[in-house]
Amino acid sequence: MSVLGDPQASTATVQAAPPSAHKRRRHWGRAVLPTYSWLVIAYLVFPIAIMIMYSFNKVVGGQPLVSFSWNGFTTEWYQKWSSVPGLTSAFWLSIRLAVVATIVATILGTLLAVALVRYHPPRFRGKTVVEQVLFLNIAAPEIVMGASLLGLFVTLNINRGFLTLVLAHVMFSIAYVTVTVRARMAGFDRALEEAAYDLGATPLVTFMRVTLPLIMPGVLAGALMAFALSIDDFVTSNFLSGTSVPFPVWVYGATRVGIPPQVFVFGAAIFTVGIGFAVLSIVISKKKV
Amino acid sequence: MSGQSALRDESELNSGRVATADTSKTADVRFEHVTKRFGDANAVDDLNLEVRAGEFFSLLGPSGCGKTTSLRMLGGFEEPTAGRIFIGGQDVTDLAPYRRNVNTVFQSYALFPHLDVFENVAFGLRRQHVAKVEVKRRVGEMLEMVDLPNFERRQPSQLSGGQQQRVALARALVNQPRLLLLDEPMSALDAKLRRQMQVELKRIQSQVGITFIYVTHDQEEAMTMSDRLAVMWHGKIEGMGSPKDVYDNPTSEFVATFLGASNLLSGEIVRTEGGMVSVATSGGVEIRVPTSRVPDLNSSAVKVGVRPEKIDLAPEGSSPTAGCNSLRGRVRVSTFTGVGNQYIVETESGVEVTVYAQNLGSQFAPRSGDNVVLMWPEEHTFTVRPLGEKTEINELEGD
Ligand SMILES: Nc1ncnc2c1ncn2[C@@H]1O[C@H](COP(=O)(O)OP(=O)(O)OP(=O)(O)O)[C@@H](O)[C@H]1O
Ligand SMILES: [Mg+2]
Repeated sequence: MSVLGDPQASTATVQAAPPSAHKRRRHWGRAVLPTYSWLVIAYLVFPIAIMIMYSFNKVVGGQPLVSFSWNGFTTEWYQKWSSVPGLTSAFWLSIRLAVVATIVATILGTLLAVALVRYHPPRFRGKTVVEQVLFLNIAAPEIVMGASLLGLFVTLNINRGFLTLVLAHVMFSIAYVTVTVRARMAGFDRALEEAAYDLGATPLVTFMRVTLPLIMPGVLAGALMAFALSIDDFVTSNFLSGTSVPFPVWVYGATRVGIPPQVFVFGAAIFTVGIGFAVLSIVISKKKV
Repeated sequence: MSGQSALRDESELNSGRVATADTSKTADVRFEHVTKRFGDANAVDDLNLEVRAGEFFSLLGPSGCGKTTSLRMLGGFEEPTAGRIFIGGQDVTDLAPYRRNVNTVFQSYALFPHLDVFENVAFGLRRQHVAKVEVKRRVGEMLEMVDLPNFERRQPSQLSGGQQQRVALARALVNQPRLLLLDEPMSALDAKLRRQMQVELKRIQSQVGITFIYVTHDQEEAMTMSDRLAVMWHGKIEGMGSPKDVYDNPTSEFVATFLGASNLLSGEIVRTEGGMVSVATSGGVEIRVPTSRVPDLNSSAVKVGVRPEKIDLAPEGSSPTAGCNSLRGRVRVSTFTGVGNQYIVETESGVEVTVYAQNLGSQFAPRSGDNVVLMWPEEHTFTVRPLGEKTEINELEGD
């Protein structure tokens, strides 16, 4: 899902091309920056374009499985998007999982970020430890965490399924949300909260009316990150899915037999929705400023 | 300053130093032995202070003297290390800021950037669950009052500094708090807008009738606007009273030099008789000071002072008028400033004395090098504790 953030990033690059003071260089800069940007965009978008292209590919032969030669254009797979047993339910499971995990991870991660920015050792004793754990959580190989979680759940005799998936996805998303929100809070002016207290707002009201709206871009970016991490997670989910099989795990299983073209349809759909969100977030952030 | 308070100042002056004598008149804010320590430095040091209801009170002092810290303790954003703070008789020392009926105009304005002007001003009313129609009316009125009608839907980022400041003021005033704290709210304004806002503030204060505590390091601003003021230094109050009283009757060398200019001569109290204290200056000349203007009759080493504009120059050889102190000297520098002349006169004992003489056209105007006699009425003479001694005391207490 890394495509989600990238259109944003590259647009930013294009805009950032500074009107250089030196006229000769300016000429150069004009050509180089857009070329570079477009090359990066092409590099990132190419695999997705291929995926979308193959979602319109005809299939020859008996089995409706993807073949990687071009057999002609069809919208058949879009019409029969839900006809593969297991795939659709795996897709909806992934969506449900991502939504729940995102909500939980965003709330917990945001609160953690606020605490980390706000409080310091005499009052917040474990601060350094928490920071280390967050870093480890991001740095640790996912396969190790997946395997150890499997061990944990088996030892505790917890049935693998939706709940264990949610627990795992929240676990690996929190750190990303925290880091994102924390970055947003770096320049936060405490005087604004004092002003709210001064005007009679309780700490809760102050958080809801002043702090949260101001860090909302960070929170949304964190949520988007958590969603992206969750919806395409394979490694951890593969260990913990049990009977509930999310989309990536299902696709992986299917590759052994052959991928039905509907997988590309779902892929294209996720991509389109992602693009939609990215564009929306650009529009919103442009309006704000 | 209104005529009435000027009258009161006059009577206070005549009856001697009664700067804090009639505080029984409904004290609204009271600091009792308040100390605030950051690390091992005292930002505020054993502060005792009373502000009366409806008063425009200024805290004045050089940078870092503890003005903001005092205000923040009053607002509830900082907890005193020791001492108690009372607002309207209630001990608020441990009260959360949102439970105090106090509003603050922050030095940085602290407008909410995600809310427009209307919502910024309405924020406090919304917290009190004031009815919508009422909110609209009061916010509208308040924006009218600070001369910002039709600015309701602007974002704070679209306002000039002065406009932001007025929004901050409106946001605090609309709640009709019993006490308004203003922390250098004009530091970013140009001179003209500043004067305009000063007048505006005084008007609002007399209209709404709430207690203002105004922090500034601009002495002129403090003097023109306050009913009473306190001069702070190193976390302590060095002098307090009406601007006229504190100016004419400084109690410490710091106040004498910080608030306006003063000529100070070291001396020793040699005699007290008939309500007059005689101070022998190092030059051997005796200067007479009313007893009421000597803060501490027991300490013999003092500095005797007089304001530059209180001194008259007379030609060499003139005999001093009755009831006046006099010194002989030679004019070193004479500067014409338009509205008057400024002289620097070296006295016989080698001390330089500054004299401001108004340009009335007809009076004696010596040139540099001329010998002159300096004369000023005894009642305009004051004495203060010498700074050196005071600093030593401070340092001892600080450790
Ligand atoms: N949070 C803090 N931590 C440590 N020291 C502080 C803190 N706040 C203030 N101080 C110190 O306390 C002293 C008084 O500060 P304060 O802000 O009250 O000064 P001020 O009189 O408002 O000065 P200015 O006119 O420059 O605003 C200063 O020496 C300052 O360095
Ligand atoms: Mg300050």
